[in-house]
Amino acid sequence: MATNSLRKQDAKIGVLLVIPSLLIILGITLQPVLSTLYLSFFETPLSKPSGGIFIGFDNYLNILKDKVFWATIWRTVYFTVVSVGIELILGIAVAQLIHSHPPAWKLLRTCLIIPWAVPTVVNGAMWRWIYSADYGALNALLLKFGIIDHYIAWLTNPITAMNLVILADIWHSFPFIALIIQAALASIPEDLDEAASVDGANALQRFFSIRLPLLRSAILIALVIRTVEAFRVFDIIYVITRGGPAFGTVAISFLTYFETFTYGHVGKGSALSFLISLFTLGMAMIYIRFLYKPEESRL
Amino acid sequence: MMYHRKIFRKVGLFSLTLPVYILIFLPVIWLVSSSISNRSDLLSSPTTFFPKHPTLENYINIFNPAKATSEVSKTFVRTLGNSFLISSSVTFIALFVGSLAAYALARINFPFRKGVMMGILGTRMIPEVSLVIPLYLLASRLGLLNKPIVLIVTYLSFALPFAIWIMSGFFETIPVELEDAARIDGCSRMGILYQVILPISAPGLISTSLFVFLSAWDEFFFALIFTSTVATKTVPVAIAEFTGRYAVDITAMMAGGVIAAIPPVILALIFQRYIISGLTAGAVKG
Repeated sequence: MATNSLRKQDAKIGVLLVIPSLLIILGITLQPVLSTLYLSFFETPLSKPSGGIFIGFDNYLNILKDKVFWATIWRTVYFTVVSVGIELILGIAVAQLIHSHPPAWKLLRTCLIIPWAVPTVVNGAMWRWIYSADYGALNALLLKFGIIDHYIAWLTNPITAMNLVILADIWHSFPFIALIIQAALASIPEDLDEAASVDGANALQRFFSIRLPLLRSAILIALVIRTVEAFRVFDIIYVITRGGPAFGTVAISFLTYFETFTYGHVGKGSALSFLISLFTLGMAMIYIRFLYKPEESRL
Repeated sequence: MMYHRKIFRKVGLFSLTLPVYILIFLPVIWLVSSSISNRSDLLSSPTTFFPKHPTLENYINIFNPAKATSEVSKTFVRTLGNSFLISSSVTFIALFVGSLAAYALARINFPFRKGVMMGILGTRMIPEVSLVIPLYLLASRLGLLNKPIVLIVTYLSFALPFAIWIMSGFFETIPVELEDAARIDGCSRMGILYQVILPISAPGLISTSLFVFLSAWDEFFFALIFTSTVATKTVPVAIAEFTGRYAVDITAMMAGGVIAAIPPVILALIFQRYIISGLTAGAVKG
């Protein structure tokens, strides 16, 4: 009886403690998402936000019929798959390297933190200057090693520009994956490895059949977080190419930004935003499935 | 024989680390060396990797509005101040409000606890672009555009769920026995939180504030949309503006970039222990 009322009181305190955070989160995330949905059924000019005309699903229909939209989706998928794929391979390789404890491995781990900590916009500015056609380091370096025989204007070709934006993103983000995987590797008991070694497994076999399966959850977490992040890429594109040349590096967030704040189509922009929310929700559900394990320790 | 093999292995492994160092440092060295070059050296062909006439002029100019090399660099110091103010306020609020929720979620059984936790995790994933249009319309109706408060509030949309998620992870690792002992001594829930949990969680709190501060310092999208005047502009917006439509103030952009990178890089290096423990607790900047 006494414990029961105590428990009830406890539950009340629990709710009270959560309420301030919940109100803030509802106010600045759920409410805007719902307003976005509402706005997406109107045609509204940015210059006159109150003068919207109800047009039902027309914004969505127009978007789905629009070639630019589909080209942007595929471009975003390309960016996401290529950058996250390379980051993952590079991240795992570097994590395994650190785990093998080469001389000064702690120094290497410390150095990995630097690209990760450099602000995204600064990273973009740095690479933009590296790619500069007339004065950039990339041209100077490649010319010096005889790989090219004249300076190239890298950012004038849409496909090259996209790949170079990806390179900049890889530099910034692979350390994050490497650090996560390295921490996970360090938590694998060493005797497992030794036992396999005694049984005659070579280093590669030990990596693929012992460590890799145990890294599954760490890899999944890194993968899902990076995928969601890469899919919404904006900052680095804005700084390096502003979406150019000829829309060649416009990803889905960028298209929404253009549509809303450059062309002033609030309704269409909202519809795009809402589609992004839906996609993210799907990703978030996968994410929660893998991350939310109340009884187990995380990662 | 064994000894030789060991040496071989060490040398082999070490030579594998070299490309990683090169990958990490080549762009950084280029950024730093550009920032200490004078404009005419930077804008001359062929490109040289190290400055012929190293100078701190670019740094001096950017801190001295009278000598500024462009409109944006005149206000750079102001934007640094804005970034500090906004990032620290966001960190403080997210930790203060978030620690209460995180404790409840980690320790107290209340209705819909699981649902709340999932909702918080879910909102962490919502991209800024999905929130920005209504927030922009609301801010402009209330006349809040170009006020620091609009960034502080909107940054909480990623900072708060994030802080709650990491902190509840840390709180869960604290042995329940400690709390039980305090309860027997007559401590209330709030007493336990402030006198038992928070003091032991210091490493977790440092790690959380670090992640929140870094992500607020890094934020660009909201800052770009909500601010256009000097009063609120943050460092990332200023850096992006160095590359204007017609001209690029390259010296200011390089020096400004280094200055903008210094606080997060230094913080991350000093507290690298906490960064790594934060990453293992499932904490992620982004």
